[in-house]
Amino acid sequence: MINQSDNVVKLNSINRRMFIIGAAKIIILGGIVSRLFFLQVKENKKYLTLSDKNRIREWKLPPIRGDFQDYFGNTIAGNYEAYQLHIVPEEVEDFRYTINRVKDILELSDKQFQKILKKKKEKKPWETLIVADNLSWKNFSKINNHLYDLNGVKPIISISRNYPFKENYTHVLGYVSQANENDIISNKVIKDKFVQGLKVGKTGLEKSFETSLIGDNSIERYEVNAYGRRINQLAFQTGEKGKTIKLTIDTEIQKLANELLIDKAGSICVMDIFTGQIIAMHSSPSFDPNSFVFGISQDEWQLIRNDPMKPLVNKTLQGNYSPGSTIKPIVALSALENGIINTNFTVNCRGHENPLELYGQTYHCWKKEGHGFMNLRNAMKQSCDTYFYEVARKLGVDKLSETAKKFGLGKEVFGNLFSIEKKGLIPNTQWKKNALGQSWLLGETIITGIGQGYIQTTPIQLCLMTAQIGNGGFKIYPKLVIDNENKDEPVDKFIPLYKNSKNIKIIQDAMYASTNEPRGTSYRSRIDDLKYQFAGKTGTAQVKKITELDRELDLKTFEIPYEERDHALYVAFGPYKNPKYALSILVEHGGNGSTTAAPMAQKLFKLIIDRDSLRKSNEKNFLEI
Amino acid sequence: MYQHTRLNSNRFSFFQKFKNLDYLLLFCILLLGFISLTTMYSTDGGQILFHTKSHFIKLVTFTVMMLMISLINIRFWFLVGYLFYLSIIALLLWTYFFGIKSSGSQRWMDLYFINLQPSELMKICIIICLAKYFHRMKIENVNSVYTILTSLIIILLPMGLVIVQPDLGTALLIAISGLAVLWFAGINHKYFIYTILGFLISLPFIISFLKPYQKLRVLTFLNPDRDPLGAGYQIIQSKIAVGSGGIFGKGFLKGTQSYLEFLPEKHTDFIFTLFSEEFGFIGSTFLLIIYAIIIYRIVSIGAGSRSYFAKLFCYSFAAAIFVYITINMSMVLGLLPIVGSPLPIMSYGGSSMLATMIGFGVVLSAKVHNQQSIA
Repeated sequence: MINQSDNVVKLNSINRRMFIIGAAKIIILGGIVSRLFFLQVKENKKYLTLSDKNRIREWKLPPIRGDFQDYFGNTIAGNYEAYQLHIVPEEVEDFRYTINRVKDILELSDKQFQKILKKKKEKKPWETLIVADNLSWKNFSKINNHLYDLNGVKPIISISRNYPFKENYTHVLGYVSQANENDIISNKVIKDKFVQGLKVGKTGLEKSFETSLIGDNSIERYEVNAYGRRINQLAFQTGEKGKTIKLTIDTEIQKLANELLIDKAGSICVMDIFTGQIIAMHSSPSFDPNSFVFGISQDEWQLIRNDPMKPLVNKTLQGNYSPGSTIKPIVALSALENGIINTNFTVNCRGHENPLELYGQTYHCWKKEGHGFMNLRNAMKQSCDTYFYEVARKLGVDKLSETAKKFGLGKEVFGNLFSIEKKGLIPNTQWKKNALGQSWLLGETIITGIGQGYIQTTPIQLCLMTAQIGNGGFKIYPKLVIDNENKDEPVDKFIPLYKNSKNIKIIQDAMYASTNEPRGTSYRSRIDDLKYQFAGKTGTAQVKKITELDRELDLKTFEIPYEERDHALYVAFGPYKNPKYALSILVEHGGNGSTTAAPMAQKLFKLIIDRDSLRKSNEKNFLEI
Repeated sequence: MYQHTRLNSNRFSFFQKFKNLDYLLLFCILLLGFISLTTMYSTDGGQILFHTKSHFIKLVTFTVMMLMISLINIRFWFLVGYLFYLSIIALLLWTYFFGIKSSGSQRWMDLYFINLQPSELMKICIIICLAKYFHRMKIENVNSVYTILTSLIIILLPMGLVIVQPDLGTALLIAISGLAVLWFAGINHKYFIYTILGFLISLPFIISFLKPYQKLRVLTFLNPDRDPLGAGYQIIQSKIAVGSGGIFGKGFLKGTQSYLEFLPEKHTDFIFTLFSEEFGFIGSTFLLIIYAIIIYRIVSIGAGSRSYFAKLFCYSFAAAIFVYITINMSMVLGLLPIVGSPLPIMSYGGSSMLATMIGFGVVLSAKVHNQQSIA
């Protein structure tokens, strides 16, 4: 009986407890169902996205880069089909055998072969290994003939940069090469579009217009597994080619500039004096940018880098040179504008026997015998230094620098377009105090008057200066790129830079005399045909100070060591009756402006004027568009 | 009385015994078996490979075994209760000395045709053993110090042997199974409350004794994004799989998370994740309902049993199964830290299925022999 009642108590207890547990179970089960509901119904979208992110991976392909065209629509930087050889190691049965076969067929050197093996080690077996990125057609067809024997080897035709005019455009366009870490960090667009093997602009306009040129990646979308292996392709999205950029340059003139400067170091630029369009801009020596596209070989690179003529320097924009006598039109103009002199102002140049003396320093004219009595026109024509010493002394450096700056000297011509462009230097008393902490000396004013001393200009600045004298003294903005949108032209375009337009005429006339009248410094380079006739000013910039000994020896240019020879300069505009174009020529260590630089202008003007009508008709063409 | 019932039971014909089986429970178990088989087929990527074949063979073998057990008188289990317990303890000791080592723990014994994991069997065995222990206990003795100490030793001995393997997850499940029996046997509430309080207070100390990988699991549970590619990987991927399943699921054999091998342990502990991804909220709820029916049937069989032993066993077994399911699901749904705990029947693994099937067999036997009063 006791047992019986005991059992009842026990049963009551167990059933009561079962009830508690049962209730707990229902609550917990409800909790699990609500968790399932939360994950699968409420948060479904989030997890679906995460799942797709897991499973879908996108592969970006290199975008197709936009072209560069010259003024007439010729492609000057385009794309061509490069023949490449890819291997996916995983898909090859016997990698050793295959790669050795490839080595034999392509006749790879051991060094190249080791490089490929090293690259292979750094990659996952299902990643594409690029064995050769630019095969010749001969090798490419050889590979194709042996494909039966080369399982898993893929001959691929890929798009690559090509510069058909080779060294002609190197300093304008720059070149492209493999994007490196620096490019990726400094440009967000490159970072976004980066893929293995992406080529980006390293210098020049290729760099400046990177974001427009680069284009959009094509995208392959694959389903992948947890180990990143592609399972199947889901989609292919074709990217858009980068923008085509049209330049103002005329390839024919650019080519002539290149020919004229061959084997010389120097720069030629030609500008339309009204629109500011650059017709030609060349720096010599140049190099073939195509060698950089697939990475330049060490030997070739050393050759370019160590060339004493410095092919890597864009002399047109980066070269700071003393302008020499090419500054004289500005000195004269400044003096006229400021009323310091008039056209009748005369100075007696008495040769080396009687140089100008100031505080114990002597200032010689270049002409040993002296020019005699010189007025402005004659002084410009014969480039009399003594005359300009006197004018500069009376003018003062501050007024001179004001005029020079107005005409575009002392600041970047292209603004921010080229990161490498130099500003040059137009000194004044304030500058010297700030930069050197010394006060300005009168002697420095005197040599500034003939473009020596602190003053430094780039060839493109001299070209702009000449263009603005040639067009009658109006401000222009040089440009290299034609943008059809014609977006915000600077408001001060075509504002007059003079106080009295007569003064500009005087300078133009003096430059005319310098080229087209006997005893003018560039008389021998003149063209009498009115259609081509141009007006210019020679310049000879001293590289080192002329000593008394030098003066006595009076050596010919070819007798002086190369590095000590003077730079030859020439600036000009034409045709004189109806000016349209201006140019500047600089030949490093070329000796003498009138003998080295000016004859080049003769050839250039001939071609420029001949092509002028073509250019004008082409201009109409795109106005109609 | 003892005599009478024994005679009575012997008079049951084989046919009658079959008639007495709980067919709803049996149907649910078979349905669960079928679901687990299709899920296993999916983990093999839609092919009949090793896991599917092996799972099928085990399922058939153990189902037959379960039916055979259901025909054996429930008294048999009562009689062999202590012996069963001691032999599993012996197997655990054997495992401790001669077991197979795999991925850092020594849990298995090599029986040539199967690698047996005795700790899984202990999960069911401890219930039988404790049910027997409390069966004849007078109610006033239940809360005596002696009883409590003895039952604690019964629980702690196998627990200790499992912890040293080391396998904290299974040890905890064994403890929970044992505690379930103690609870139903009528041990005072306050002891449970004190134990839980004591456990919470000593938690910091326990954590300091945990192995580094176990600490990592706890930390990862608290913040899975701490190390998404390392320790947190499993739980994040599991949640993604479940969550991306949505209401209707991605469809059979279309679970991208598992097919593309993002899911870890998809055959065993994380099998529910794969199921949930392919069949969605509807499918998961359906699976939960099947489990709920199974548990409900086990409880009602217990309620309908005359003997205290059968009642105690059924209630405790139901509670234990429920805890296994809850822990496994909470783990894959990111509600609990990752502890190795399989989902009964669904997960791949012979020993776990063997233990569960023995349990179901005993439950069915309790139903068949529900008039048996044992003693």
